[in-house]
Amino acid sequence: MTDKDKNRALGFETRAIHAGSHPEPVTGARNTPIFQTTSYVFEDVDHAADLFNLQTFGFLYSRITNPTVAVLEERIANLEGGRAAVCAASGHAAQFLAFFTLLEPGDEFVASRNLYGGSVTQFGHSFKRLGWNCHFVDPLEPENFRRALTPKCKAIFLEGLANPGGIVVDMEPVAEIAHEAGIPLIVDNTMASPYLCRPIEWGADLVIHSTTKFLSGHGTSMGGAVVESGRFDWAQNDKFPSLTQPDPAYHGLTFHETFGDFGFTMKARSVALRDFGPALSPMNAFLTITGIETLPLRMERHVANAEKITRFLEGHPAVAWVSYAGLESSPYRQLARKYLAKGAGSVFTFGLKGGFEAGVKVVESVNLFSHLANVGDTRSLIIHPASTTHRQLDKDQQVASGAGPDVIRLSIGLESADDLIDDLDLALNHAAA
Amino acid sequence: MNDRHGKPLHYADDHLRAILGRVRTIAMVGASPKWIRPSNFVMKYLLGKGYRVIPVNPAAAGQEILGQRAYGHLNEVPGPLDMVDIFRASDAAGAIVDEVISLAPEKSISVVWMQLGVRDDAAARRAEAASLIAVMDRCPKIEYGRLFGELSWCGVNTGIISAKRPVMHP
Ligand SMILES: Cc1ncc(COP(=O)(O)O)c(C=O)c1O
Repeated sequence: MTDKDKNRALGFETRAIHAGSHPEPVTGARNTPIFQTTSYVFEDVDHAADLFNLQTFGFLYSRITNPTVAVLEERIANLEGGRAAVCAASGHAAQFLAFFTLLEPGDEFVASRNLYGGSVTQFGHSFKRLGWNCHFVDPLEPENFRRALTPKCKAIFLEGLANPGGIVVDMEPVAEIAHEAGIPLIVDNTMASPYLCRPIEWGADLVIHSTTKFLSGHGTSMGGAVVESGRFDWAQNDKFPSLTQPDPAYHGLTFHETFGDFGFTMKARSVALRDFGPALSPMNAFLTITGIETLPLRMERHVANAEKITRFLEGHPAVAWVSYAGLESSPYRQLARKYLAKGAGSVFTFGLKGGFEAGVKVVESVNLFSHLANVGDTRSLIIHPASTTHRQLDKDQQVASGAGPDVIRLSIGLESADDLIDDLDLALNHAAA
Repeated sequence: MNDRHGKPLHYADDHLRAILGRVRTIAMVGASPKWIRPSNFVMKYLLGKGYRVIPVNPAAAGQEILGQRAYGHLNEVPGPLDMVDIFRASDAAGAIVDEVISLAPEKSISVVWMQLGVRDDAAARRAEAASLIAVMDRCPKIEYGRLFGELSWCGVNTGIISAKRPVMHP
């Protein structure tokens, strides 16, 4: 058996630890060193020119590439089954890099309306100021994406397992709709992580992560990534001139022709990351690399705890409903079986019979759950969106975005499940009293 | 016959590593004198890794490309060659492969390599029947970078997993 054949058979757990990370060639250092440097000495003037012109591989300036960040990029690309990846300072920055590489001013794209609220704002407001127009659709019916497509649409975007929780999108037919239109499907895989779902296997062309969440996994580090499948043919039509036409920012280099199946990643790095600058820090990359090494173990426990806690909540008299795709009662149970065979993650919402007042009481009464605006930590997290993240919206808007006055969002961590259940039980009874 | 959409090609890492380790002199058919063209990038990179690369391009015959004298035709290149790298469209590759087959004994050519995007399965079979090693739809620069660690520096999934201390050259 050749080494390539062997690698093909390597398991997820092995790759989560080894992909992208080799012993350091000069010193033999086994763990990935934190290359805390801004810049790299050139061999000579010709070498410098080769690097600036992208004629050779190498390090130039840490806004563009850094050896520690590169290990994380290769690891995420490998775990997603992609060809290449570029990291960014946050998930939002990663989304910006992806869209800047695809869209021209005046272009459009279609997005699921069930997205992390920050993404709805980024797409609906801030992108509009750059001349990029997003059409939001209800993702429950895949055909809704087709109906919203216009000739100017350059991508379809969705979260497979959606934040705040419980919703699973049938991404395979949506990928077909995108491909029939000659455009890529972009999937934000933050909530599932590649351990639970690999969107490229279902037809996605680009995968986005907020590595801030389960990948780094310990609430330590902001970060983001864009993974390219390597399978999308950017030259099949004239929709992607930024990849198929000579680039004036690089003396007329044509990225797709020169770099083939990782041309998108090269372009996103060498133009969007270079010129807008949201680089991931080496320290954050190191913490995220370390986090990923235990991703399979952590995700198993996140899921096991979430399953126990959602079953407990379903039976609690103060609880009106629980939206978790891992529950038999969930309308998304079948889709979860297809896309999330190892579990439906650990972020979900539930409703309180006592409405807004009860919601405020619950978040203020818990002792182990941390009241904050994040998900995907070892610690269990709680938020009452109506009194915090969605406060500015009126009641109808809150309900439409899954953040009605009665809604609580949990991100279940890795503590003892019984302790989390006891904590919630006390808080729920206190709120109902 | 031009057969670009045959079954996926698979070349074992050890096989490519051995080729890149053994070959020293490469004739590059279709090498461009324009510095921004992919062929020029590849030629420059391979020169930098210590290979001797001889450009073959009728439009540049007699000129120098990256300091190397260019020849108008493969049969004009003097001396032995280890490998011919074909930087031409797939439908031009077959005739070049046949020429490599006829020149191989005299020039001791052992490898015919077709660039990324260049594929002609029938021509590759003819080359193999003549005891040549054929590689299609791969770039020697990208494969060199992938197998010896440099491609990892720009976030590409090399598929190479090993706890051994890496060797950065063949
Ligand atoms: C699904 C999803 N996508 C993207 C983001 C944005 O990522 P970041 O906060 O790292 O910019 C988040 C953050 O909550 C998220 O939950």
